[in-house]
Amino acid sequence: MTGHPTTGPATGGTKPGIRQRLSRAMSPGTAFSARHQSLTTVVTFAAIGILLPVIVLLPPFSGFGTQNDWVGGFADAGIFVLLAIGLNVVVGWAGLLDLGYAAFFAIGSYTYAYGASPFTGLHIPFWFMLPIGAFVAASFGIMLGAPTLRLRGDYLAIVTLGFGEIVPAVFLNASTLTNGTNGIVGLDQPSFGRLFGVGDFGFTNPWPYFVTILGIIAVAFMLLSRLENSRLGRAWVAIREDELAAASMGINTVTTKLLAFAIGASTAGLAGVYSASKLSIVSPDQFNFTVSFTVLAMVVLGGMGNIWGVAAGAFLIFELQSQGLKQLNTFIGGLGLPAFNLGPITVDLATINFLNYQYLLYGLALVLMMLLRPEGLFPSRRRRRELHELPDEAERGNVELSEADEVEL
Amino acid sequence: MSSEQRPDLVLDARSVTKRFGGLVAVRSVDFTIPFGSIVSLIGPNGAGKTTFFNVIAGVYELSDGEILFNGETVIARPRRTWAEPIYWFVVPTILLILAVAALLAGIGIIGHLLFLATLLAIIPALLVALTRPRWYVRMIGRTGIFRSSRPNEMVSLGIGRTFQNIRLFGNMSVLENVMVGMHSRMHANLLDAALRLDRHKREEEAAVNDARKWISYVGMAGYENEAARNLPYGYQRRLEIARALASEPKLLLLDEPTAGMNPVETREMTGLIARVRKDLGVTILLIEHDMEVVMGVSDRVTVLDHGEKIAEGSPDEVRANPQVIEAYLGRGAASA
Repeated sequence: MTGHPTTGPATGGTKPGIRQRLSRAMSPGTAFSARHQSLTTVVTFAAIGILLPVIVLLPPFSGFGTQNDWVGGFADAGIFVLLAIGLNVVVGWAGLLDLGYAAFFAIGSYTYAYGASPFTGLHIPFWFMLPIGAFVAASFGIMLGAPTLRLRGDYLAIVTLGFGEIVPAVFLNASTLTNGTNGIVGLDQPSFGRLFGVGDFGFTNPWPYFVTILGIIAVAFMLLSRLENSRLGRAWVAIREDELAAASMGINTVTTKLLAFAIGASTAGLAGVYSASKLSIVSPDQFNFTVSFTVLAMVVLGGMGNIWGVAAGAFLIFELQSQGLKQLNTFIGGLGLPAFNLGPITVDLATINFLNYQYLLYGLALVLMMLLRPEGLFPSRRRRRELHELPDEAERGNVELSEADEVEL
Repeated sequence: MSSEQRPDLVLDARSVTKRFGGLVAVRSVDFTIPFGSIVSLIGPNGAGKTTFFNVIAGVYELSDGEILFNGETVIARPRRTWAEPIYWFVVPTILLILAVAALLAGIGIIGHLLFLATLLAIIPALLVALTRPRWYVRMIGRTGIFRSSRPNEMVSLGIGRTFQNIRLFGNMSVLENVMVGMHSRMHANLLDAALRLDRHKREEEAAVNDARKWISYVGMAGYENEAARNLPYGYQRRLEIARALASEPKLLLLDEPTAGMNPVETREMTGLIARVRKDLGVTILLIEHDMEVVMGVSDRVTVLDHGEKIAEGSPDEVRANPQVIEAYLGRGAASA
């Protein structure tokens, strides 16, 4: 056992520490089994990168669009996967309901716009802008997180919702700094410089973007999933479970919560930089509440707390809304159903554009989910436990709630 | 500061008072705990035991008095806190002076950059004040600025606690619960974990080993991967103790550890408490209603009633004290 020096005035002189005495009292325990988590991540993402473009060549997917269309779609889906795994840190692990997550996405995007566009005249390469965007977003995550530290649940959600509205509003109205509603255009395209043989980035060639986002996600994924089983990851979960108990176990709740905000925001910052470079334009209307809401819905539907589930959920939902609904239009249009005549209203399924009902369908999916599988499609073990409470425990919980320990921190 | 320091005391509470608005929950209680002892705090319901307990654990700010832990004042009325903002603004102020000087000297660009740095320097300064790292507390402490320790700081000083109403992390496994208890004794930071540096790996390995030992120490070997909420009641109580012990406390605060237990479980718990003191040398402060437990394990007993200390002494002395009988059973019983 490695003896960490227990510093501080409380350490009594030459007496053996409590841990040494425990060792004497007990026999040695079993060894810790190392997991090859990172290798799994890398292999999985490499497999995804190879399989996805191949799968879309097979029917029925090949009928829905060319391979390039699909790969471009995947590159867009990657933005939301990245956002979802970042929000998962804040909401799924630390349990801080953040309804203004799009703000950090916006900050990342505008950071890229300032760093690599004719607007400021700076042309910092994309690869340097990625960490810069993450850092700037993380700073804002801390700044916006700090005032909300004492808030919980509904109140926290309302304040973060406010921040989510304020940030795009600032970008919209500070028009001398941000070009207002027109946004900043003509952002630089990234460049590999002939590396990897996937050609140059451009509007007609989605491959470099696909490879890039896959790489960014894989790295973010690896770093975040390592955090889950660390001292910090446990502290987040402990705070989510019981903040007072967490503080009484020595966790600095202030630092730990701020770190959750910062890490979640930095992931959104990466997504922002990437998305700005892909679209080559940033404008305030890209970051309205529907982005925050969509990402949150992805996290909830995918399975809060489980990083793989959240990523899969985000990908599935994005593809369903972008491809599924489009194909539903074509499919129902092709059936040649007769129009219903309901008195004054005529319902013609063939002419309904399901894309317009995207949020209605989200709502339905969320309601169904809450009824049938509240823990999400691919839940974490912990969440499943939490949401499938044993009935007798629920009762005991009520009985035990006395005021003695319910104190404000 | 403290008038006299007694090295034999792990905790020295001096005229501790806690008011909630007009209600005085604890009134001017003096209380000492010698190293290596088991001290009990008893009293009728509402006597202020748990309030006193929470003051020691750093959960409540006290209204008056002082608490010394290991001879050092850790909880007291805040002092000179008005001076603290000076610390936040030292760096920005220096930058600002330099910026003005640069502007006056005609070095415009440097002046502007320094002015920008001034604005940016305020943010980390405020963050440090908010997160209160140890070095910051020590630094401002040197100039006489004092704030009571927060609960997490009390843990790193060496006070572990359990709760009257079990507050485990229900959806975490038994092992994880104990590992959360080790939080303040672990040092791996964000980067260590994200980059999986050696320091992190070694520490995690050691932590899992230690956690298993703690779990088997309280007699729960084999339950490591069980969710805490699914444990039987008695095991939840024991897990709370294991979790508190994992923070390597000098002083362990137990708030009614045998509440709601049957006689067999109570006997086991009493045995565990005695064992913790004997094997590990941990000093224990016990709040308890079960007199058999209190009289069985305590070296000294203190009785609180209506927030005031009414008796103190060995279990036998306290048992015979007429004031104590009166507090528990009423005036008639004392004279009878």
